[in-house]
Amino acid sequence: MKPFLEVKNLSVSFPTQDGLVKASNDISFSVARGETLAVVGESGSGKSVTSLAVMGLHNRNATNISGQAILNLETGPIDTISASPEAVRKLRGKSMAMIFQDPMSALHPYYSIGDQIAEAWGLYNEGSKADGIKRAVEMLDLVGIPGASKRVKEFPHQFSGGMRQRVMIAMALVNNPSLLIADEPTTALDVTVQSQILKLLKDMQEEFNMAVILITHDLGVVAEVADRACVMYAGKIVEQSAIDDIYYLPDHPYTIGLLNSIPRVDQLEGKRLLAIPGQPPSLISLPRGCSFRSRCTYSELVPNNKCATEVPNLDEKISGHFSRCHLTEAQLVEARTSAGGQA
Amino acid sequence: MFKFIAKRLTSTVLVVTLVSMSVFLIFAFLPMDPARLTCGKGCSVPVVEANRHRLGLDVPVQVQYGRFVKGLFVGREYGEGAAKIECSAPAFGYSFTRHECVTTLIAAAFPVTFSLAIGAFFLWLLLGISLGVLAARRQGKWQDKASTVFVLIGISLPTFISGILIYLLALRMGLINPIEAGRWVSPFTNPIGWVKNFYLPWIVLALAFAATYTRFTRSNVIETSSEDYIRTARAKGLSEKVILRKHTLRAALAPIVTIAGLDFAGLLGGAIITEQIFNLPGLGRLSLRAVLIDYDLPVIVSTTILAATFVVVMNLVVDILYAYIDPRVRVG
Repeated sequence: MKPFLEVKNLSVSFPTQDGLVKASNDISFSVARGETLAVVGESGSGKSVTSLAVMGLHNRNATNISGQAILNLETGPIDTISASPEAVRKLRGKSMAMIFQDPMSALHPYYSIGDQIAEAWGLYNEGSKADGIKRAVEMLDLVGIPGASKRVKEFPHQFSGGMRQRVMIAMALVNNPSLLIADEPTTALDVTVQSQILKLLKDMQEEFNMAVILITHDLGVVAEVADRACVMYAGKIVEQSAIDDIYYLPDHPYTIGLLNSIPRVDQLEGKRLLAIPGQPPSLISLPRGCSFRSRCTYSELVPNNKCATEVPNLDEKISGHFSRCHLTEAQLVEARTSAGGQA
Repeated sequence: MFKFIAKRLTSTVLVVTLVSMSVFLIFAFLPMDPARLTCGKGCSVPVVEANRHRLGLDVPVQVQYGRFVKGLFVGREYGEGAAKIECSAPAFGYSFTRHECVTTLIAAAFPVTFSLAIGAFFLWLLLGISLGVLAARRQGKWQDKASTVFVLIGISLPTFISGILIYLLALRMGLINPIEAGRWVSPFTNPIGWVKNFYLPWIVLALAFAATYTRFTRSNVIETSSEDYIRTARAKGLSEKVILRKHTLRAALAPIVTIAGLDFAGLLGGAIITEQIFNLPGLGRLSLRAVLIDYDLPVIVSTTILAATFVVVMNLVVDILYAYIDPRVRVG
C-alpha cells in the first residue's frame, strides 16, 4: 500500500537580516496509515519547521520552501507545497490535523471548548451549531474527559494541562483526519500525564486508522508508541530506521550520544550519563562537511579529514536503516559498544 | 456573574461618594469667598453675610455636603419668603450668577456634550480600528507606513490647533455659518441639522483619539496573530477571514474596550477645547465659564462631581463588558 504522506526533498529556509536560516534541508520520509513515525531531535533541529511546511502553516511570503509533501488521498495525490494556499487550507483539519506543544496557549481563551470543537466540525460538516456541540461531547467522551456533556460549556482556563491536550486531540480528530501531526504533545505536561496522552494517541490512531507523525525531543517518549523514527540534527535527517534499530543499533554518533544521555532502567546504577559536548551549529552558516563534526567523538577515525570537507549522504547501511555518517559499519559497531554498551 | 456585578456596583457607589466628598472639601477650602463675589465693590458686611446665608455657606462644610446630598434626592429650596427659589430633585445647587438651578444648566449642556462625545467616539473607533487592522495586515507595506504618518500627525497635533485649522478651513469653504454654529439641534427632531452641527467637532476629536487607537489596534492585532491559538485556528482549516474576524479581533480588541470606555467617559465630562472652538454650549463650556468668569461654585462642584461619576460608572460598565468578553475574568 502506498504511504499516506510522502515527503520528498523538503527544504525550508527563512530569509533574515543576518542571512538565510536553513531550518530544514532535503528532508524525505513517508508515513502510512496506521503507522507512527517519530521525528526526534533537539530544539532548532528543524522538526517543527518541517511539519509546519507539510501543513502549509508557514507564512509563504517570509519562507522559502522547496520539495514536495504529497498526500495520497482517495481522490488522488496532492502536493501541499505546490498546491494553492486555499487548496491546502481545505485539507487542514479534514485530511491532516495537528496538535501542538503547549495546550495552555493553543486553545482560544475566549471561547468555550465546545464552541471551538464545533467550529472545527462545522467547517466540513453540514449541521446546526447544536449538532456541532453534540459531536464535541462525543469527541470529549472519546478522549476520556469525564462529564463531557457538562464540561463542553467550559472554557480552556477551567481545564488542567493534560485535559487541555485531550481537548486539542478531540478537536484535531473531530473530522476524522488521515494524518495527525503531534508536535511535542507531551513536552509541557507532567510525566504521569505524558504517558496517558501517548496512550490516548495510540488508541486514537487505532480508532481512526491514522498516520501519525510524533515530533519529540524525548527518545523515551518515542519507544512506546513509534514504529519508525527519523533523527534530525541541524536541519537534516541523520538517521532513519525502524524504532528498535534506533535503540539497539544506533548508526549515527549523534543518536548514540542522545541515547547515552538518557537514563535507562536496565542499566547499572552509578554509571554517569554522558552529555554531547558543544552546541549545535548556527543554521545561517552551517560548517562545511558534516554538521555534527565539531561535536563528534569519532570524526578522527575517518581518513583524509573527510568529515570536514564532505557532507555525508543518508546511506542505507543495513536494509531499511539509513544513516548520514562517513564511518563504516564496523567502526559504528565499535562506537556503539565502546560508548555505552547499548547493544 | 451576578455576584461579580453586585460587588462592583457596591464599590462604584462607594467611590462616587468619596469623590463627591473630596470635591466638596477641596472647593470649600479654596482661599476664595463666593459670598464676597456676589456683590460689587461697595458691598457692606451685612449684605455679604446675608448672601452667605442665602448661598447656604454659613454652615460647616459637612452640613453643606449633607444638604447637597439631600438636595440630590428630594430637591432643595434657597432663601426665604418672596425670594424663595426651588430646585426640584435631583438638585445640584443654585447658580446665583446665572440665576438658574444647576440641574437646569446641566440638563441644557449635557445633550450637547453627549452628542459631541458619542459621534466622535464612533468615528474614532471606526477610523482607529480599521486603520489599525489594515496596518497590521499589511505590515511593512505602504498602507502600514501611511497609517504611521497619520498616527504621528494625530498624536502630535493638539486639538486647539487641529480644531482651529478645521474651523477656519470650513469657514473659508462656507461650511460653517458662524452665527448659526453651536445652536442646539435635537437629533430626534432634526437629525440632519444635528449632524451638520456636530460633524466638524466630531472630526477634530476623532482625529486626536483615532491616532492612539490605530497604534493600539495595530500592535494588538500583530501580537495576537502570533499567538498559539491563532495557529491552532489555522491548523483547523479556518479561512483567514474567519480567523481575523472571530479569533484575532476578539482577543486583540478586548483591551480596547477598556480604554475606549474610559476615553468616552472622560469626554462626557466636557470637551473643553473643542466645545470652545466650535461654540458648543456643552458641559465643558459650562465649567470653563464657571471657573474663569463667574467663580460659580455650585456649578464647578456639580460639573466636577458629574465628570468623576461618568468615569467611575463607565469603569463599571467596562468591567462588566470585559467579563462578558473574557471568560477568565468571570470569577467571584
